[in-house]
Amino acid sequence: MTFSTALEQRFTKMLAAYPEGKIRSAVVPMLIYAQDEVGSITEELILEVAKRCGVERLKVDEVVGYYSMLHRQPMGKYHVQVCTNISCLLVGGLELYEHCSKKLGLGHKQVAADGIFSLEEVECMGACSWAPAMQINYDFHHNVSPEQLDGLLDGIRKATKS
Amino acid sequence: MPTGPLYPLTPHPLEIRVLTRRFGTPNSASIDTYLADGGYQTFLKARQMTPEAIIEELKTSALRGRGGAGFPTGLKWSFVPRASPKPKYIVVNADESEPGTCKDRLLMEYDPHQLIEGMMIAAHTMSSHKGYIYIRGEYRYLVESMNVAIEEAYAKGWLGKNIQGTGFDFDCYTHSGAGAYECGEETALLDSLEGKRGIPRMKPPFPAVAGAWASPTLLNNVETFSAVVPIIRDGGAKFLSYGIPKAGGTRLLCVSGHVNKPGVYEVPLGLNMMTFINECAGGVWKGRKLKAVVPGGSSCPILKADECDVNMDYDSIAKIGSMMGSGGMVVLDETTDMVQFALRIMKFYQHESCGWCIPCREGTTWLKKLLQRYHDGMGQESDIDLINELATNMLGRTFCALGDAAALPTISIVTKFRDEFVDYLSKPSMRELVGIH
Repeated sequence: MTFSTALEQRFTKMLAAYPEGKIRSAVVPMLIYAQDEVGSITEELILEVAKRCGVERLKVDEVVGYYSMLHRQPMGKYHVQVCTNISCLLVGGLELYEHCSKKLGLGHKQVAADGIFSLEEVECMGACSWAPAMQINYDFHHNVSPEQLDGLLDGIRKATKS
Repeated sequence: MPTGPLYPLTPHPLEIRVLTRRFGTPNSASIDTYLADGGYQTFLKARQMTPEAIIEELKTSALRGRGGAGFPTGLKWSFVPRASPKPKYIVVNADESEPGTCKDRLLMEYDPHQLIEGMMIAAHTMSSHKGYIYIRGEYRYLVESMNVAIEEAYAKGWLGKNIQGTGFDFDCYTHSGAGAYECGEETALLDSLEGKRGIPRMKPPFPAVAGAWASPTLLNNVETFSAVVPIIRDGGAKFLSYGIPKAGGTRLLCVSGHVNKPGVYEVPLGLNMMTFINECAGGVWKGRKLKAVVPGGSSCPILKADECDVNMDYDSIAKIGSMMGSGGMVVLDETTDMVQFALRIMKFYQHESCGWCIPCREGTTWLKKLLQRYHDGMGQESDIDLINELATNMLGRTFCALGDAAALPTISIVTKFRDEFVDYLSKPSMRELVGIH
């Protein structure tokens, strides 16, 4: 399996970052960076990471099952993650999530048929003082009102159509 | 969605910006800004000091860990066997995940070089030559911006071999997590750093003796490492003087919830909580009354409004049965539904329990089920005692602190707001009735 040049460079650097003989350390970051490029954690990717990090397949597989940001199935091109943990809950985070769910016609961890959007109700993302907060892929959006959410999603939909 | 800096541009008069003193300076994250403000000079000063003198300075400052446990930093540093022939590692816990907490984000975003310099001072103290910043996966933009800062430091000769001709070598790397609250627990973080599931380890041995790759490891929070720089620069006594005798310095408090001005404020330790809420945070919103405060992240026992006239330092808050925790203060107004609040907290801990030990895995699962049933209108009064008993049985019986983190707020909520839980039973439920599942 090969990746983009930029990612290959990242991996080369990464494998040199850990003490000698400790390249297993690269498993988690390698999986998450590769997922961004591949779209999900495929069996092929698990075997590739296992090979590159010098561990058995199972040792990568069990890691995939543990971390909540690693997905075995592709998420949408725009993965919408709305926080409903306490700081967000207090200022409308749950309503924002429900609004988003209705607008996208998607439930928790569901992916739209056209693959553009997916939705996830997530735990605290570290934006508590700027709640309610959400992330679309890795981009933070702070103090989001339902109207602003509509604007964001409509903007993405428009941009992907043109 | 307003853009711009994530901190108040004008410091509040009650703030003392020590760690955040470059916040507001244009390009505060760049190495040029940092160097122009005397950046990395403290590392050179530290190079002239013995490890003992540095640790003594930290002890004088009364700095306590800013991640949550509040362990005295000087003491923690003294536990690392500096004479060990094994390589020693510096690890930064940037897995900020405690609900209510969003301060380390700012220290990395706006002043990454201060963190790197703090690590370098630690490295010099421990004779360590490698450091890792473990950043939660959700903070990808910070992984990238910290990488930029690290590259800048290499380019200007502040990282790498023979730093500025001092003969000292230090390499610094970022390491991304992938979504797991448990990895904020130091031994789980180390397992994760080693490429495994983030499961806590049996202690002892403590990470100071056998941490990353079974080597002596110094592990501190982002804010703790950042605080080391002003302490060594200006002296421990100066830092101490900002706070109170047993808890030196300032803290970054992140206030969220029902206040007019949520935000991150650097305030002296020992500041009165109500003064902070009313002055810095602009008071409770919508002219409503205060109901309760979670003083330092969701794992802290909740305080009722009448308990909040307290000084914010480790000992004063401990005296009234709670904790300063990670500095994530959540303010609740009089309209807050405490059943829903307790349920949301438990839903989080149940989701994040790593599953390694039974009291936590099963305890959080059953507590969530009970609270969900209660919330859905199918509870009974005896459930309140059952919740309390179940949570109390978890205390001190789990492998790591996650069990206590789930149990403590729950016990405090059902005890302090018992009346509200009882009243809840007589309310006609507007929710769809669902069974236990």
